[in-house]
Amino acid sequence: MHPAPSVIIFTTFSGLGFGLLAWLGFGIPDVGGTTLFAFFFIAYALAVGGLLSSTLHLANKKNALYAFSQWRTSWLSREGVAAVVTLLLFGLIALARIFLGAEMTFSGAVGSILALITIFTTSMIYTQLKTISRWNQPLTPVLFMLHAIGGGALLAGEAKIAGVLLAALAVVMWLHWQQGDARAANRGTLGDATGLGHLGEVRMFESGHTGGNYVLDEMVYRVGRKHAQKLRMIALGLGAVLPAAILLLTPAGHVTAFIALALHVVGTLVGRWLFFAEAEHVVGLYYGK
Amino acid sequence: MTALPEKTDKKLGLVIDLDTCVGCHGCVTACKGWNTQNYGAPLSDQDAYGADPSGTFLNRVFSYEAEKTGCASQTVHMPRSCLHCEDAPCVTVCPTGASYKREEDGIVLVNEDRCIGCGLCAWSCPYGARELDREAGVMKKCTLCVDRIYNENLPEEDRVPACVRTCPSGARHFGDLGDPDSDVSKLVADRGGFDLMPDLGTKPVNKYLPPRPKDQLDTAPLNIVADEPKGFLGWLDKALDKL
Repeated sequence: MHPAPSVIIFTTFSGLGFGLLAWLGFGIPDVGGTTLFAFFFIAYALAVGGLLSSTLHLANKKNALYAFSQWRTSWLSREGVAAVVTLLLFGLIALARIFLGAEMTFSGAVGSILALITIFTTSMIYTQLKTISRWNQPLTPVLFMLHAIGGGALLAGEAKIAGVLLAALAVVMWLHWQQGDARAANRGTLGDATGLGHLGEVRMFESGHTGGNYVLDEMVYRVGRKHAQKLRMIALGLGAVLPAAILLLTPAGHVTAFIALALHVVGTLVGRWLFFAEAEHVVGLYYGK
Repeated sequence: MTALPEKTDKKLGLVIDLDTCVGCHGCVTACKGWNTQNYGAPLSDQDAYGADPSGTFLNRVFSYEAEKTGCASQTVHMPRSCLHCEDAPCVTVCPTGASYKREEDGIVLVNEDRCIGCGLCAWSCPYGARELDREAGVMKKCTLCVDRIYNENLPEEDRVPACVRTCPSGARHFGDLGDPDSDVSKLVADRGGFDLMPDLGTKPVNKYLPPRPKDQLDTAPLNIVADEPKGFLGWLDKALDKL
């Protein structure tokens, strides 16, 4: 699949932002006043920035408001609704906690659950696609959730919790690749796709078009597969293993947390690029790819 | 709106005969022509006369070769366009309600006044049937020529999709696949029409008719006539070797 920068930035930073909101709603870290303002500011900057970035890949932005209308059937629509509701609710919670010193325990918990639902809906946009068997597996939402709450815990300054979550993320990343490889290998042959397998071995004689087209550009993107193994190691090392090791094995401090965060963000961006770039769409079979 | 109708009154669709299709791309051209001048945004081209031309098409013909060991290969031309699936994933993923399936005849259409061009419907389609128009920024797909088939301004014989009307080999058929007594349904039953990638659960309405079985000569093609020539040819072989 074509790794659109806007979507990579959206899923990475929105995930971190909503992950941080999920912790803040549960009162973690237990701070108030200016410090809490700074935490909410970072969460909103990431979540809103990511959401705005996601609109950059829309070819027809003027109809964007309609995207909130189909929440009964569409995960993308649900994602939009959940994100806006979560951000509005946390706006009120943040104001009450920062300026009125209110506890907001119950509404905070509701907000946190909504933030987690938002992350889940993001993951389901990709998980639902039967055409991309690498994504269409139960571990995809787990992967997105661990990225978000692990990175969120790191931003919230909860070094040890973040360390444990990122260690779990490392395991899930590895399992997701194993499962994904098995599923991708099973997606069939040109004979299956054309229904001509009974005639013998089927190969492409002539493509339907000599120029490029939207389907090839968008769904038969193959650059990522060449260096997939190396990029996986980079994503796993920087995104999960190294930050988890730093957080769990060194005494908690601002410097170590910052290094862990920087590594995690870079690793996540690499991993998210690969998530799209290496994913095989079943339509590639019709092109013999 | 992006909920699929529980059932449609008709299941209008195409039956494509892979035995008869000669791969002339006439249907591709007729489709592009009609749909550029009629329903919705025109099908644009980019760099049409330059070094790297590309464009939006709703129907494209691929040619495949099938070969069994020891037999000559067989060429099959396969036109591919929207299959107007009963369980169309492109409809339910749409966040705006732009992508919809009509209750009256089962045609899957895009309302371009609601489409945001996010491309998720194209991602959800296993058949590569949807292309985003780079000029208009909206998703384009086969409309089954909805502006022809009910158009009383056209002579009756023209009230079929442009691809069907133009096909010179009679490889494309149009009709109601929900009615077991329709011509197309009988054709599918007679010839063993099949679905593309049925395991993905899309329940396509369009059907493909498999190529009819071919005779096979029992001699393998292009055997060397004589490995060790005898008689005059043997003498000639040796004599030429010695030269």
